[in-house]
Amino acid sequence: MKTDVLVIGAGAAGMGAAIAAAKRGLNVVIAERDEITGGILNQCIHNGFGLHYFREELTGPEYAERFREQLEKLSDRIKVFTDCHVLKLGEDRKALLVSPKGILELEAKAVVYTSGARERPFGSLMIPGDRPSGIFTAGVAQRLMNIDNRKVGHRALIVGSGDIGMIMARRLTLEGTEVVAVVERLPYPGGLLRNVIQCLKDFNIPLYLSSTVIEVKGRERLEEVVIANVDEQFKPIPGTERSFKVDTLILSVGLIPQVEMLDGLVQTDRRTKGVACSNIGQSSREWIFAAGNCTAIFDLVDYVTKEGERAGEYASRYAMGERFSQNVPISPGENVMLTFPNFYNAVDDLTLYVRCKKPMEKAMLKVGNFEKIFEDLIPSEMIVAKIPNQKLSGLDRIVVELKEV
Amino acid sequence: MKIAVIGAGVVGSLIARELCKYDAEVLLIEKNMDVGWGVTKANSAILHAGYDDPVGSVRSKFCSLGNAMYTELAKELDFEIKRTGSYVLAFNDEEISVLHKLLKQGEVNKVPGLELHDRDEILSREPRVNPKVKMGLWAPTAGITEPWMIAIAAVENALENGLKLFLNEEVIGFEKSNGKIKKIITNKQEHSVDIVINVAGLFADEISKLAGAEYVPLHPRKGQYILLDKKLGKIVNSVIFPTPTEKSKGILVLPTIDGGLLLGPTAEDLPSDRKHDLTTTSEGLQQIKDFVLKLVPDIDFSLVVKTFAGLRPESPQKDFFISASRTVQNFINVMAMRSPGLTAAPAIAKYVVEDLIQDQLKLTLKRKRNFKSKREAIKKYTQLSLEEWQEVVARKPSAGRMVCFCNEVTEAEIVEAISRGARTLDGVKFRTRAMFGRCQGGFCMSKILKILERELGTDASNITLKSPGSWIVDGKVRE
Repeated sequence: MKTDVLVIGAGAAGMGAAIAAAKRGLNVVIAERDEITGGILNQCIHNGFGLHYFREELTGPEYAERFREQLEKLSDRIKVFTDCHVLKLGEDRKALLVSPKGILELEAKAVVYTSGARERPFGSLMIPGDRPSGIFTAGVAQRLMNIDNRKVGHRALIVGSGDIGMIMARRLTLEGTEVVAVVERLPYPGGLLRNVIQCLKDFNIPLYLSSTVIEVKGRERLEEVVIANVDEQFKPIPGTERSFKVDTLILSVGLIPQVEMLDGLVQTDRRTKGVACSNIGQSSREWIFAAGNCTAIFDLVDYVTKEGERAGEYASRYAMGERFSQNVPISPGENVMLTFPNFYNAVDDLTLYVRCKKPMEKAMLKVGNFEKIFEDLIPSEMIVAKIPNQKLSGLDRIVVELKEV
Repeated sequence: MKIAVIGAGVVGSLIARELCKYDAEVLLIEKNMDVGWGVTKANSAILHAGYDDPVGSVRSKFCSLGNAMYTELAKELDFEIKRTGSYVLAFNDEEISVLHKLLKQGEVNKVPGLELHDRDEILSREPRVNPKVKMGLWAPTAGITEPWMIAIAAVENALENGLKLFLNEEVIGFEKSNGKIKKIITNKQEHSVDIVINVAGLFADEISKLAGAEYVPLHPRKGQYILLDKKLGKIVNSVIFPTPTEKSKGILVLPTIDGGLLLGPTAEDLPSDRKHDLTTTSEGLQQIKDFVLKLVPDIDFSLVVKTFAGLRPESPQKDFFISASRTVQNFINVMAMRSPGLTAAPAIAKYVVEDLIQDQLKLTLKRKRNFKSKREAIKKYTQLSLEEWQEVVARKPSAGRMVCFCNEVTEAEIVEAISRGARTLDGVKFRTRAMFGRCQGGFCMSKILKILERELGTDASNITLKSPGSWIVDGKVRE
């Protein structure tokens, strides 16, 4: 089978990409390994989605539904394959699609890879102790509760105060699981301030900053979790241990872009650990475009949709024969932890996503001839700047800097 | 004749299978919910070549013999082994002299193919090892495998040949008369028996005490491990040992059979009352990190997917204790199965059945005519050709539904694992490798829970991770 554009993954980025490509009149196949489209949005039943994209507040399933409807409207051009895993993608642009309906080889002119991210598992944290049941990543607990309607435990401790961790604290509390604490390694909360208030303060859930889990106990089901304060190098400080009798530990300690299917095909970025891309979503292999959390971990799904649409648009232009010129590398400079995209192509403006290295009250973002002041910066909150083409012309290297002012 | 084997680890399972070749009623009693979940579950998964067992020891008698038997056994029972070969690396003159001793010892132990390699040769085969290496002992017969899979395969095959398997059943006593065991009493029932073979791993000394037979005292020696992502699986091609010390073989770097990288074990002697202590410790994990970097300097620890600990039964003699009891006439001990117990297992199984039972106890066992020696592994659909796979999916759609994305396990494989006896998440995991990959079940665990629920006709609340108390979910969020 042949198609113009193959989109791998039907989450926020993939749906955006498929719709953008179909709107340009191309034939699109979108392969989703889960039973329905929407990706992780389906399990995020809390609100707060769509404020940028739709200027209204939606739940995850509602946000996904809006795009699902568009996929259906464009069904003469978009073939949606769910329950369909892309087993491999070859240099010959052929993908092997595996589903209960059959095994299919599909050849595409361009591919948009939007496989999202996976959660950092418990094992990667190298926490000493037993290996009982009752330890879940936030996403697994969320899926069990929100999709499968299952109670994951009675008393829980949450590690990680990113938005997912805090939202799960509220969700568990509302469903009758007592949340004894949220533990954060950093000296400041990892997620948005609004979530600190709405998910923790409003429910009297204590947040322990500069703290980490140092041991889990329980031969069968989890019985006890020991935490301790950490020093500046995140090393536990002896004598600060505190123990909680809980049967559930929820980990929300970071997402890792899923890039493995493209191993050997494209370059990845050392900092984002995602597919290295230009501002039009093009990877180091010219016919592979990528978007969303498989390129860098984004704060908001709205951004992911935008990036997906852009990648879908340029992938279609590529499929129609357009070729794009040399890219300019973008690298983080002073006070910048990471930037996305990784390359700049002058065919379009630059939407730049930046994470700062440390909290700053006020800083000047400097990129080429572009300057803009930002306030109340924290590493967990992305700065987004739209930088017009002309501010970047003639540069052979773009350094992104944040100067404290 | 009714023969009971206590303990379904890799040694007990292979003994039980060996017994099933004869006209006898064979019972295998295991206190865990599945086979291979004691000592067998967490070790280095190595087929040792046999050069480091002292000349004259029981270990040396069985190690290279068992190693050689694995080629045929793996074919019969359809489990994976890889003869990766192994290196013992020496970084100074003192260590080089140990290599020479090991070479000699290996030759006496009849280990085939041993060679001393110089730095250049080592680096040409293993370019990522520390370039400061001076010499290495190369053992081509060493390899890697999946220990629990051997126990699973042996038990599946034995079941087909008439084995009676009792899982989740603990031996709590014996009834004797005239110096012989008549009955085994478990927490669930009584089994009348003619012969008892004690292969109870860490608890074999306690079983022997219960029976009133001889034993060697056992204490657990803890080994902690770090498992890393498949991205690092090719960093070494063979099993990399440091030069051994008096106490242990040291901390190793080795590829796993499914393509990952394993580091460990530590060797921590624990008192005999800590046979359940499977905790990892920050000291232990740090020790592994520090140690392995000397062997292979560039291991990226951000790619760790799991840390765990295993216990191996150690005796003061540091040797296997395999013998027919002199005080209890129908009782056989197979205990203190420390390293290289896994490698020696097939040879021990044969020895117990052919030598101990038939020669020493003078009991004649008659060969079964219709013993089926072959067992087939669960089919891995990703290994089929495109056409073959298409054909299967047309008949059986679940063979095209990918459940575990990291290790590419389909629903059909999971259903098959359940039909072969998986009752828990770990049961599915150890039979299929689902949840064993880099996301550690992040995407597939909830799906597997549902498949277990459906196939077993139960509620998810009744499904556990491993033991009866290790529940995953408790009831519904809302009706």
